[in-house]
Amino acid sequence: MRVGLFIPCYVNQFYPQVGIATLQLLEKFGCEVDYPLAQTCCGQPMANSGYESLTGNCNELFTKNFSSFDYIVCPSGSCVLHIKEHLHSAKDRTAATAIRRNVYELTEFLTDVLNVDRLQAAFPYKVGLHQSCHGQRGLHLSQMSELVAKPYSKPERLLNMVEGLELIELDRKDECCGFGGTFCVTEEAVSVKMGKDRVRDHEAHGADYITGADMSCLMHLQGILKRQGSKVQVKHIAEILNAQ
Amino acid sequence: MSSRDAILQKVKAAQPSLLPLPSIEKQPREVDAVKQFQAVLESIGGKVVFLNAEESIAEKTVALFPEAKRIVSSITAVQNYFFSDYKSLRHHSLQDVDVAIIEAQFGVAENGAVWVTEEDLKIRVLPFICEHLVAVVDSTTIVATLHEAYERIGASAYGFGAFIAGPSKTADIEQSLVLGAHGPKSMTVFLLH
Amino acid sequence: MSNSNHHTDHATLAEKFNRDEARVNWHDETLWFIRQKRDRAAWSLGNEWEPLRETASAIKAHTLSNLSDYLQQFEKAAQQNGITVHWAADGEEHNRIVHGILAKHNATQLVKSKSMLTEECHLNDYLKEKGVEVIDTDLGERIVQLAEEHPSHIVLPCIHWKKEEIGELFHKHLGSPEGVIDPSFLTNTARVHLREKFLTRRVAITGVNFAIAETGEFVVCTNEGNADMGAHLSDVHIACMGIEKLIPKREHLGVFLRLLARSATGQPITTYSSHFKKPREGQEMHLVLVDNGRSTQLGREDFRNSLKCIRCGACFNTCPVYRRSGGHSYHTAIAGPIGSILAPNLDMRQYKDLPFASTLCGSCSNVCPVKINIHEQLYQWRQVLTEEGYQPKSKTVAMKAMAATLSKPSLFSIAGKWGRKVMGLVPGLVSNRLNPWYKQREMPAPPEQSFTEWYKQNRKGGKS
Ligand code: SF4
Repeated sequence: MRVGLFIPCYVNQFYPQVGIATLQLLEKFGCEVDYPLAQTCCGQPMANSGYESLTGNCNELFTKNFSSFDYIVCPSGSCVLHIKEHLHSAKDRTAATAIRRNVYELTEFLTDVLNVDRLQAAFPYKVGLHQSCHGQRGLHLSQMSELVAKPYSKPERLLNMVEGLELIELDRKDECCGFGGTFCVTEEAVSVKMGKDRVRDHEAHGADYITGADMSCLMHLQGILKRQGSKVQVKHIAEILNAQ
Repeated sequence: MSSRDAILQKVKAAQPSLLPLPSIEKQPREVDAVKQFQAVLESIGGKVVFLNAEESIAEKTVALFPEAKRIVSSITAVQNYFFSDYKSLRHHSLQDVDVAIIEAQFGVAENGAVWVTEEDLKIRVLPFICEHLVAVVDSTTIVATLHEAYERIGASAYGFGAFIAGPSKTADIEQSLVLGAHGPKSMTVFLLH
Repeated sequence: MSNSNHHTDHATLAEKFNRDEARVNWHDETLWFIRQKRDRAAWSLGNEWEPLRETASAIKAHTLSNLSDYLQQFEKAAQQNGITVHWAADGEEHNRIVHGILAKHNATQLVKSKSMLTEECHLNDYLKEKGVEVIDTDLGERIVQLAEEHPSHIVLPCIHWKKEEIGELFHKHLGSPEGVIDPSFLTNTARVHLREKFLTRRVAITGVNFAIAETGEFVVCTNEGNADMGAHLSDVHIACMGIEKLIPKREHLGVFLRLLARSATGQPITTYSSHFKKPREGQEMHLVLVDNGRSTQLGREDFRNSLKCIRCGACFNTCPVYRRSGGHSYHTAIAGPIGSILAPNLDMRQYKDLPFASTLCGSCSNVCPVKINIHEQLYQWRQVLTEEGYQPKSKTVAMKAMAATLSKPSLFSIAGKWGRKVMGLVPGLVSNRLNPWYKQREMPAPPEQSFTEWYKQNRKGGKS
C-alpha cells in the first residue's frame, strides 16, 4: 500500500515533530510512505477567506504531487476536509476525483483503513480531547452532540489504546475553539474568548495535555495557555499515539 | 403590474423545478397515552385532575378555586356558569374572569396540549383572558403525537382553533420561568374517565 | 446600547461586547443552557428526531419549488375565508399597506405581537413617524422597545438584558418600585401595563409562523398568549408574513410544530399554537404577504435553502460566536448564523462582514430543524462577496501573494525558512501588539528545521 504523506504547510514549518510522528506511526503499521517534497498547502486559507477562485494553481500542484498514491494521509482534519470538498483539477480530473476519495485524516486512516486495534504506545497523563470541527462535523471522526445518534469517536478509540492515558470528560465536548483560519485574527476578540473558554473547560477537568487531530486549533489553544502561564500543554494526537 | 403579479412572476422564474412532497412517516408509539399526557402537562406547569362521570365539574372547580369571584363556562352542561348571553357579551368584559371552564376535543400525549376551536369556546378570547383555565377532556381522546392530532382534526371546519399546553408563560427575564405572562396563571385539565 | 450600529462591522462590535468578560460568560452560559434544553427535547423523540428534520426539510424544499402555485392557492382559500390578502414587494410597501389599513380605521394606536418580519421592514419606525403608537406586547420585545433598542435574538429578544437593568427600566417607565428585580414581580408589572393596552387598542398586528396553502389559515405560536390577547380583542387583525412561510397542507403542521418549540426552547410545544382561519364575527382580518428579497434569494441556487427557515433560533443558541458576540453585533434584524446568510441577499455592501463572523464550525447546520446547510452557505457567500468585489483591496493583494507562494514549492520553502528565522531572531517583530494574534496569545516557538528539511536528512526518498 503506497501512502502519500500530506503535511499541512504550518505543520511543516512550525510543528515538524507532528509530521515525524505521523510518518513513524504509518511506517510502524507497515505502510510504504512517501513524502512528495514539492508540496505546499491545500489552499484552504484562501478558500475560507473567500478566494477559492485563486486556488487553481495550488490545486494543480496538489494533484500532481499526490496522483500516484493509493492513499493520501494527513494529520489534519481541516485540510483533509478541504481537499475532499474542494479539490478540482482542470488538467487531470480523474486524478483529482481519486484524490478526493482517497485522502484520509490520520485517525480515520488508522481506524477505517488499517483497522488498528492495538497500539504500542504509552502516555501516562490526563488528556483532554479537543474535537476540531472540520474533522468532527466535516469528516465525522466522532459523533456530534447536536444529533440524536449513537455516540462513537475514532480519536477516542485510539487514545484508549494508549497505555496509562486517562481521557477526561468535558462540559462541552465538541465546542469550537475559535481558531477558524483567518477568523483568529479578523475576529480576534471572539476567537480568543472561545479559546479561553475551551482551555478553562480542560483545566477544570484536570487535563495535563490537550490533544486533537488538528494542529491549527492546538496552536491557537497553546498560544492562550502560554500567555496565561498555564501548566497545561498541547500535543497532537499523532505524537501521543506514537509515544513510547 | 400589481405587486401581486410582479411577485408571482418573480417567484415563478426563480423557483427550481418541482421537487417531490414527502409523505409523513408515523412511528408507532407504545406508551400509556394518558400517563404521558399527565406527565408532560405537569412538566410544563399544568395540572391534571381525574374526574369520575358522577363528579360535578362545577363543584370540583369551586373546590379548587374557593376564592374565585367570577367563574364562566362555555360548556352548556355546566349550567351554573354557562354564559348564555355570550352572543351579546362584550368580549372585553371577560377581563375579570377568575376561572374559565372550557371543553377541549382531545389531548396530545407527547406535548400535553389540548385542542379547542371557536365552537367549543364560544368566545375566542376566553381561554386567554381568564386568570385560571380549566379544560375538560375525555381521557379516551388522548392521542400519542401531533401527527395523530392532525389526522383527527382532518379537514374539519373552524374559524379559529388552538392547541393550548399549560398556563401562559414567559422566561424573557434572564430565563426565569414565570407563569401567567398575559394569559392564565394556571391551567388545570379535568380528565374524565 | 443603542442600535445605530449600521456603520461598523461585526468584529468591531463583538470586540466591544467582549470588554465585559463576565457579561460574555453570562450571555454564553444562558444560551448554552437553552441549547442543552433543546438537546434533551430532541432526544426525547429518540429515533423520530432526525427523520423528522429530514421530512421538514423536504416539505419546505417541495413548497419552495412550487411556491408560485401555493401562494395563489393560499390567497384564494384565505379570501374565501374572509381574509383580505395584500401583497408587498418590499418592506416599504409592507409598511404603507399596514399604515393604509390603520388610516382607513382612523387608528393611531395598536398592539403588536412578535413578528421578525415587521422588524425586518422597520415597521415601528415607519409608523412612529406617521404618528402611530405601536406597543410591542411580547415581554422581551416590550423591554427592548422601552429601552429604544431592537431584539438581539429572534426568539429571546432581550436575552442580553440582566434583571437589574430590567428592574431599573421598569422603575423608570412603568413605575415599579426602585430596586425590585424579582422576575415574577417584573413580569406581573408588565402584565398589568399591557393588559390595559390589550383592552383599549382596536388594532392588533401579529406575525405568522406557518400559513397553509390548502386551507388559507395561518398559525401563530406564542408562550405568553399575547398574540391571542391582541388579535381576539381587536376590531382589526393584521397578520404579516414572508412568502416563505407557506406549507402545503394542514397535516404538515404536525411535522413543524413537533420541531419548532423543541428546537427553540426545548419545550414540547409552545403554550399556544393558534390557527386563524376566519375573522371573528364583526372583525376585519388582513394578511400581508411580503417578498422583500425572498424571490431573489429563491433564484440563488446556493442560498435558496435559507428560505426554509422557521425562525426557531436554535442556530443562534448553539453558535459559539453568537453566544460570545451578542445579537447586536450582527447589526441586522435577524442576527446569528441564519441572519448572516440572509442579510447579504438584501444588501451585500452593508452586510459583507457577516459571512465572516463564523469559524464555519457547522454546529448551526446540525441543530437546524429544517436542515439548512448554514455553514456551507456562509462559505459560499464569502466566495460571492469576493466575486462581486466587496472584499478590501489589501486583502485581495495579500491573498494573491499567498496564492503565488503556495503554488511554487521553491518560493514556499524560502518563505517558510525566512519566516522561522525572522521569528527566532527578532521575536518582537512579529510578537507585537499590532499583530492581532499576539494580543492575547503567544506565537509558536519556531523550530530548528521544517519537516521537509528533517525528511531530507532522515529518509532515503528525501534525498532528491
Ligand atoms: S436557520 Fe434553522 S436553526 Fe436557524 S432559526 Fe432558521 S430554522 Fe432555526
